[in-house]
Amino acid sequence: MGAHHGPAKGLTRWLFTTNHKDIGTMYLWFSFAMFLLGGSFAMIIRAELFQPGLQIVQPEFFNQMTTMHGLVMVFGAIMPAFVGLANWMIPLMIGAPDMALPRMNNWSFWILPPTFLLLASTLLMDGGGPNFGWTFYAPLSTTYAPPSVTFFIFAVHAMGISSIMGSINIIATIVNMRAPGMTYMKMPMFVWTWLITAFLLVAVMPVLAGAVTMMLMDIHFGTSFFSAAGGGDPVLFQHVFWFFGHPEVYIIILPAFGVVSEVIPTFSRKPLFGYDSMVYATSSIAFLSFIVWAHHMYTVGMPIAGELFFMYATMLIAVPTAAKVFNWVTTMFKGSITLETPMLFAIAKVFLFTVGGFSGLMLAIAPADFQYHDSYFVVAHFHYTMVAGAIFALSSAVYYWIPKWTGKMYNETMGKTHFWISFIGFNLTFFPQHFVGLAGMPRRIPDYNLMFADFNMMSSIGAFIYGASQLLFLFNIVRTITHGKPVTDAKVWEGGTTLEWTVPSPAPYHTFTTPPEVK
Amino acid sequence: MAGQSKTGYETYYVPDSSKLAVSATIGMTATVYGAASFINDNSYRPGEETNSGFILVAGLVWLAATLFQWFSITIKENRAGMNSAQLKHSYVLGMQWFIFSEVMFFAAFFGALFYIRNLSGPWLAGQGEAGAMNGLLWPGFEYNWPLLTTPQDAIGGVQAQAAAGHLANNGEFTGAEKHLSFPGFANIAHWLPLYNTIILLASSFTCHIAHVAMKQNDRKKFNLWLFITVAMGFTFLYLQYMEYHEALFEYGIHLNSGVYGTTFFMLTGFHGFHVAMGTFMLLVQWLRSAGKGHFSANDQFGFEASSWYWHFVDVVWVFLFLFVYII
Repeated sequence: MGAHHGPAKGLTRWLFTTNHKDIGTMYLWFSFAMFLLGGSFAMIIRAELFQPGLQIVQPEFFNQMTTMHGLVMVFGAIMPAFVGLANWMIPLMIGAPDMALPRMNNWSFWILPPTFLLLASTLLMDGGGPNFGWTFYAPLSTTYAPPSVTFFIFAVHAMGISSIMGSINIIATIVNMRAPGMTYMKMPMFVWTWLITAFLLVAVMPVLAGAVTMMLMDIHFGTSFFSAAGGGDPVLFQHVFWFFGHPEVYIIILPAFGVVSEVIPTFSRKPLFGYDSMVYATSSIAFLSFIVWAHHMYTVGMPIAGELFFMYATMLIAVPTAAKVFNWVTTMFKGSITLETPMLFAIAKVFLFTVGGFSGLMLAIAPADFQYHDSYFVVAHFHYTMVAGAIFALSSAVYYWIPKWTGKMYNETMGKTHFWISFIGFNLTFFPQHFVGLAGMPRRIPDYNLMFADFNMMSSIGAFIYGASQLLFLFNIVRTITHGKPVTDAKVWEGGTTLEWTVPSPAPYHTFTTPPEVK
Repeated sequence: MAGQSKTGYETYYVPDSSKLAVSATIGMTATVYGAASFINDNSYRPGEETNSGFILVAGLVWLAATLFQWFSITIKENRAGMNSAQLKHSYVLGMQWFIFSEVMFFAAFFGALFYIRNLSGPWLAGQGEAGAMNGLLWPGFEYNWPLLTTPQDAIGGVQAQAAAGHLANNGEFTGAEKHLSFPGFANIAHWLPLYNTIILLASSFTCHIAHVAMKQNDRKKFNLWLFITVAMGFTFLYLQYMEYHEALFEYGIHLNSGVYGTTFFMLTGFHGFHVAMGTFMLLVQWLRSAGKGHFSANDQFGFEASSWYWHFVDVVWVFLFLFVYII
């Protein structure tokens, strides 16, 4: 092996590869496929909600759609997409020859396609697929679940194993593989956010495995974790789940923070403002994520002391998050900014994520949450963080790095068009949901009061626009690969300062087989 | 500061390509599909002929064979001197973080135990605001631990629960007759968990003696003390089996004996499974040393990783002994 060794030919290249770039590419394509699958579920949901009354699907199927939309988007689209970026970029950014454990890296990826095939196939099983929401609360997911829940449980186990192996690999890579001179406090922000994300994953994916194991035992083997008749408690499920679930949402958002922390300095042609404070803020957010889980459960009947503790702890998260937003804005301040597509997505991400952050603060207030709970306000809130926060950052990352990956430049006009259609479609979908939520429209219900009709129609139109714009995104990516204008510079963006801009475009199959010296 | 790798920068060995991952995926997919089908067939179509058990076993065998090959390739590479110090450190990190993930898996079950014992149990018996439900749903239920009378028992069993108009479709939860917690000093000589504690704690020391011996290149001593450690692992498992037998057939503790049986079997069961894994791992290391002369004073990672795992199951047991058996 060595720098001159190219990839193998044909399908076996992808099946047997140990190359971080190949594996990163597979992760990215897989997650895009899942994004379209989860997106098509969302289109069914929005089509049904286009008008009040039941038009297109039965309520049972609607439940399966909301559940599968959430599961596929969280575990199939967003998480693997960021793992794909980590695979591609971390070795390039720290000057490493590859990931620390290359064969395990390939296994982490290949577990995913059959697992999601299994999960998707539950929709065709007797009794239908999972219909209990992506949060799978007991007893909906135990006593009242369809038989396919067993397949769901084992699918979660398999994707958990994949995530844990992937994260261990990322930690080992960052801790052990940095080039000489690349101290921790010189690492690019994206690498830092992934180090902390990987730690969160190793810490909480096993807890999710524990939660689904308890479900499996309750359903099939007579245990009573979640049955009060045996001395257990259904609320216990929520505690175990959200102990995983809250860090999980930061697992999704922290790498997105990392992406914009790379993109904004590049297009502002200024170093990231407050690098050290970014590191500390990211660490604080990770720490706090472990002690705020019950803010998802204010209405479940907790003692008042619990409500207060979780309320104050949750509000504390606003402090490091605000520090980050401040740093991004200050990085742009007096910068010589150009607005290429990655920058547009990054700015929109900062702005829209902040909107989601503010609605998060509203939801954090326990007494107010009694009104917002399980309403469309919550749906609006987390889509501002998940879609605008994570997926806008992913779009930004793809446009930012695709010249390095393919050696070709994407079509800027098409990119900007994608951005503006996405931006308008997204806000048209989710902004009205704040209003219907506050007015009392419950989430996860296929029908609604007539008074919500106009806003829901707007939402559905917005969703179709947003969905369609992703096809443009796909077209632009494919077109870049086939017909893109070749880029000749190693440094595709003149403001780029990190190590990936020192290797040729496209990045050779093997890079940094001898580590660079970082000053 | 020249570099970050504590170990320097020789060429890092990146295998060219490998069929292992895809093969392991085939095994895991068959295992996962087979396990889910097998469990569902047993629950929803009992007595019917199905092939799910075969798929499960075939998947497990395939996966095990692949992992065997995977480890053997890794060992061969190391013995061929392909692994730089930096690569070896990657394996160290990998094992350490794997053990951390195992810690968090047990944390979920311990968390469930604490929650039930300190919060939901007392609430079911009427403590606090949430306990207002006691009089309506489970009148007469009193909470104590170990919980021998489930809320369902307290209102007269599953029939009475259904008759009272409560949903009883979670089945029957009849409390155990006796518990396995500390039986008092008079009966301590018959208390198996105490023996198991002594055995497992001692085995951590014997494992450490073996480690020190290998560091001094004393293979004979290493083999002896590692053998003793493995034997203690098997002894622990045998005693655990006896305890389960006693629990099931003499004490009437089952998985469906309410939340005491639930937490008892799940915590000790997962721990027992991990002891079995650890024993197997140490046994493999013993075979490698005694049979093939692997390991030397400065390279013994296979053994070290297994020994960390062994110390980890030991620590878990200490917590189990405290919170499942004593307190």
